[in-house]
Amino acid sequence: MTQPSRGGEYDVAVIGGGLVGSALAWGLARAGQTVAMLDEGDIAVRPSRGNFALVWVQGKGLGMPEYAGWTKKSSDDWSGFADLLREQTGLDVAYRRPGGFMPMLSEEDLQARANTMMRLHNQPDMIRYPYEVMDRETLRKELPFIGPDVVGGTYCPLDGHCNSLRLLRTLHKGIGLLGVDYRPNHRVERIEHRDGGFRMSIADGGAGGEVRAGKIVLAAGHDSARLAPMVGLSAPVRPQRGHVIVTEKTAPFLHHPTVYVRQTDEGGVMIGDSFEEAGFDTTLQPGISSAIAERAIRFFPLLGKLNVVRSWAALRVLTPDGFPIYEESKTAPGAFVATCHSGVTLAANHALTLAPLIAAGGLGDGFTPFSARRFHVPQAA
Amino acid sequence: MFRRLPEIETATQAVSFTIDGRPASARAGDSVAAALLANGVTACRTTPVSGAARGPYCMMGVCFDCLVTIDGTGNRQGCQVRVAPGMAVETQNGKREVER
Repeated sequence: MTQPSRGGEYDVAVIGGGLVGSALAWGLARAGQTVAMLDEGDIAVRPSRGNFALVWVQGKGLGMPEYAGWTKKSSDDWSGFADLLREQTGLDVAYRRPGGFMPMLSEEDLQARANTMMRLHNQPDMIRYPYEVMDRETLRKELPFIGPDVVGGTYCPLDGHCNSLRLLRTLHKGIGLLGVDYRPNHRVERIEHRDGGFRMSIADGGAGGEVRAGKIVLAAGHDSARLAPMVGLSAPVRPQRGHVIVTEKTAPFLHHPTVYVRQTDEGGVMIGDSFEEAGFDTTLQPGISSAIAERAIRFFPLLGKLNVVRSWAALRVLTPDGFPIYEESKTAPGAFVATCHSGVTLAANHALTLAPLIAAGGLGDGFTPFSARRFHVPQAA
Repeated sequence: MFRRLPEIETATQAVSFTIDGRPASARAGDSVAAALLANGVTACRTTPVSGAARGPYCMMGVCFDCLVTIDGTGNRQGCQVRVAPGMAVETQNGKREVER
């Protein structure tokens, strides 16, 4: 293990123990850094426990082609990432990449979707990838049990999914094996940049005291909005609620993930993709649950026979344009922020690409488009 | 392993049904789970993930360990369904099928 750097007990402190923080801590420790991961307790707002587990590419990045490329890279690296995790921990995060579908219920929606995919791929600097727009008959050859209302859909062979709860567990086991100091109940109250390092005051309701590190990474999801200004950064994120329903475990029948419905490795069928602006309220809204269930049954009528075993609402971490923020502070060098709403899809990038850059000391020019400064200055013509 | 109280044996009517296609007998008013136990079927399914054997346990709708296929529908709670004449009860091997 390397020596802690000047000005801190640790080379780097990662603030946040969800999927983004855990993937970064794993990658940083693998790059030889001494790492503390400061997490809240069990009742933290934790999207990592509520998400839909897609490793999804198609359709992302209209308005920021760099995000499309970043997403594709993570998808391409995901299989190797899952292998590394399995070799290290003995746990299988059940990553599969059979290609994903976005089925559509009206000709207008299908046309709009096809246009979006075309505009996405016509952007300058877009790294193109294969996809298909399918009519009903073509789609039915791949998904034989679509309902009569499905008119067609789009398909992308890069799309996949995993078991995201097991991913979080696996990363936590992995960072333990790598010697990361995992500190739960360490809600960071205040951050001071002093003597070339950082001092974090821990909330008295939790562990209390102080943690010092040479570098810090804000990966605290919603709480990054509060923490970022303490070190000259900005993370204007807001919660966007989504509902998820999961059915009883069923013999495998749905061999591809879709945006709205997927079958997990253990057999349960997850139904999701609602969007509500409701602040930090995670109360389940039965009207929304029944609307997403009804839509899922229009896609796949045979789902109507299954029993629901659980449903919940969770909060996406969204920036104003929906794209991630990756940035190092200008006024407090060594302070980084990483926030996104696709902590599953981008986990491979965070662990294998972003973490080594932070370990080496900087993000480089490639990350300029992901700076939060895009929200502060008027766009040049 | 399980035996009926003698007064139940005499006070209720016999009901014929099948377990995995084999003829079986219960008493009117029995739940499917009770009827399985009375017929010596103590393991009525295997779990979807590990494949471990499971049988009726709580008998009151809580534990979901008595899941069986009843008249073609999978994952029914045996303790919450009354056995009926001619009912086809099937033990379940792992996950239910979406089509049944």
